[in-house]
Amino acid sequence: MSEKLISKIPEGPLAEKWTKHKAAIKVVSPANKRKLDIIVVGTGLGGASAAATLGELGYNVKIFCISDSPRRAHSIAAQGGINAAKNYQNDNDSVWRLFYDTIKGGDYRAREANVHRLAEVSNGIIDQCVAQGVPFARDYGGQLDNRSFGGAQVSRTFYARGQTGQQLLLGAYASLNRQIAKGSVKSFTRHEMLDLVVVNGKARGIIARNLVTGEIERHGAHAVVLATGGYGNVYFLSTNAMNSNGSAAIQCYRKGAFFGNPCFAQIHPTCIPKHGDQQSKLTLMSESLRNDGRIWVPKKQEDVKRLRAGTLKASHIPESERDYYLERRYPAFGNLVPRDVASRAAKERCDAGYGVNNTGLAVFLDFSSAIQRLGKKVIEQRYGNLFQMYEKITDVNPYEEPMMIYPAIHYTMGGIWVDYNLMTTIPGLYAIGEANFSDHGGNRLGASALMQGLADGYFILPYTIGDYLSADIQTPKIDTGLPEFAEAEKTVREKINRLMNIRGKRTVDSIHKELGNIMWEYVGMARNENGLKIALEEIEKLKNEFWENVYVPGTADEFNQELEKALRLADNFEIARLMTLDAQNRFESCGGHLREEMQTEDGEAKRDDEKFMYVSAWEYKDENTLPELHKEPLKYEFVKVATRNYKD
Amino acid sequence: MKFKIKVWRQKNAKAKGKFVTYDIDNISSDTSFLEMLDILNDKLISEEKEPVAFDHDCREGICGMCSLYINGEAHGPDTLVTTCQLHMRKFTDGQTITVEPWRSAGFPVVKDLIVNRGAFDKILQAGGFISVNTGGAQDANTVPISKKDADESMDAAACVGCGACVATCKNGSAMLFVAARVSSLAKLPQGRIEGAVRAKAMVAKMDELGFGACTNTGACQAECPKGISISHIARLNREFLSAKLHD
Repeated sequence: MSEKLISKIPEGPLAEKWTKHKAAIKVVSPANKRKLDIIVVGTGLGGASAAATLGELGYNVKIFCISDSPRRAHSIAAQGGINAAKNYQNDNDSVWRLFYDTIKGGDYRAREANVHRLAEVSNGIIDQCVAQGVPFARDYGGQLDNRSFGGAQVSRTFYARGQTGQQLLLGAYASLNRQIAKGSVKSFTRHEMLDLVVVNGKARGIIARNLVTGEIERHGAHAVVLATGGYGNVYFLSTNAMNSNGSAAIQCYRKGAFFGNPCFAQIHPTCIPKHGDQQSKLTLMSESLRNDGRIWVPKKQEDVKRLRAGTLKASHIPESERDYYLERRYPAFGNLVPRDVASRAAKERCDAGYGVNNTGLAVFLDFSSAIQRLGKKVIEQRYGNLFQMYEKITDVNPYEEPMMIYPAIHYTMGGIWVDYNLMTTIPGLYAIGEANFSDHGGNRLGASALMQGLADGYFILPYTIGDYLSADIQTPKIDTGLPEFAEAEKTVREKINRLMNIRGKRTVDSIHKELGNIMWEYVGMARNENGLKIALEEIEKLKNEFWENVYVPGTADEFNQELEKALRLADNFEIARLMTLDAQNRFESCGGHLREEMQTEDGEAKRDDEKFMYVSAWEYKDENTLPELHKEPLKYEFVKVATRNYKD
Repeated sequence: MKFKIKVWRQKNAKAKGKFVTYDIDNISSDTSFLEMLDILNDKLISEEKEPVAFDHDCREGICGMCSLYINGEAHGPDTLVTTCQLHMRKFTDGQTITVEPWRSAGFPVVKDLIVNRGAFDKILQAGGFISVNTGGAQDANTVPISKKDADESMDAAACVGCGACVATCKNGSAMLFVAARVSSLAKLPQGRIEGAVRAKAMVAKMDELGFGACTNTGACQAECPKGISISHIARLNREFLSAKLHD
């Protein structure tokens, strides 16, 4: 194990670790906070909540986002909800149960201490959001309402219709706005981080491009917080926003931050199926729909054929001819099994020839029995906006015919490796939210991404960063005239010039789509040795094609969206390579990572705890050398590691 | 399907813009409007021409990044959708489609179809928040809030900040945007405390940034992709007047 890979998990009983740690770490006095600068990159739930809180504490914060406003960050698109262990439903929920469900849901590949802390602070998040004016759903007595999500047998998910992410982000953004008005946070919109600046081994700033003018800027700070989300866009077609990207994380990786568990990508079971080659993205249908929707495919091949030919309507197939395969295979959790399990089961049915839609790559999500039981009005209240969205996209009315869904890339559990303090292997560089690897193991449970982003930003980072900065109170403002800044700026300028001068024949998107196809085919829902080998070769070939034959129109000193995309795609090749290498190394099936060689006889994923109960942390060497794998062993002191069972 | 796309081209904020018409063919009716623009851009790039710059991100109608005035309507001919959720099946084969940026004094053009909506951030910075620091909040169920109030607050909070209301208003007023935020917070007990200060500060900022006055034409409500009602403007007016009375 690398000496850099020290998790810093506090000693002691699980439930006391965070409390003891907080008591043990140092704080910075208000007078000294005023002298310290912090850069936060990204304005989603993690970045906005961290920047607002750090501003409230008195630090000087600079926040960067690539959009025209912090509110556009992709957290806004999260639909279903946010988990917390409030036990308002009196269904025997607790911090322990939320912790346990998350560890189990993550297929025993997350740290116990981190996950327990997450569960501990979850309740404070709900209190904070309500205080900010987030209009969560309420029942008739005026109390907060809850719904159920996959991987849990209690109702602990708080929600604001199908727009929970939007409402939580607007809450964090409002707090951020308040600090911007006060002057404690300075906002840089339409700015993209293009490199991390490291001085004497510490993160001391970033190089950013003003996306409107094309100017390259230097920004210095005592610490840098990366809150730039995940890297799912490497697949081109995903539920991520078009501009979401893992580029900033890769820049940090190249500067020495280890990358944790890159192969763990979440494939969400309920997305609207692909319609054709002109498609630019996939749309998610919230997991909350599985509260009332039942998933099925026909039992008989002849029905499948007639459905595909358009001569039979799904609603005309009688109950007895439907295979509710999740209820059949997993009676205890039924339609609410975790995402990885539901996705694999859909793939299994489609591979066996029972898939519907003209492509054969879809299953039904049916609300007819819920409508019969509760009435159309209740269903409309619960999911109205989702049903409307579905109809707008597909031109099919889901109140009358079942929805068609298929799995799609949605979230990445892997990310920059961080210790218990959320600090990366570069001192002074922190990673929070989806950008880090820490809390979800091999599979994230629904409604836990919002919880983690806000936990990191509101309640964890603001404490732990003080411990680091307390040793930096004598350090004056970081001088952006230092040679390290000049060097980083020069590298960025050279890269841009190189891209502008290729003047080849292919568009950025055409190459990105090709990369996406390689990744979905070989590093997607199911992976095997041979496929991964092919993927590595194809990625390398395509990368060369990109650097020889891409065409970036316009100039670098103006608003140039093609240049933005080209810079991100250049980093996507590195992400693709890392994911493939990690998938190759992890010869077990675990969470979102299915190795075809490792399955039980009845098609369930087979973990190998003997060999793979560790976090893989990859260290960058150079473009042409393979990265080095370091291993952080995972120790389970408080839960009994078991095969995940959602059957009984 | 095929179309003639008549689109506004403007190099940067200072340059003079003009309409340019492009032909486009082989478009599936299931293609979204922005995917159609992607295809047009692909074509332009392969002819070594500059692609059309337009704002977009989530492509599922929630981030508020996409805009576009299409055939004289904000977010195009469909109702209750943003441009990214508009599909080509809403147009007829062979149609000429005119595409313009938002036109308003408050939203200067940055390039082609992209405008600067930074004024919206500034209005919210003036008072669109509850002054509460992280930590120390009481238990979330301590103060019950009636379902009706919570639902109304949520109706207003559905605003995505796209700016269609401003673009569609003949006065270039941002009243619906401001009212949505003021109203969403005014419906909640925790938002009442700063209600008067908030309404005054946000309206003053809106006026300062060059947005026009509201003359109750209702165009904003008709074009709002989230169906936000002008009844929120009435609530803003009440909040504002009562604040002024107490001055």
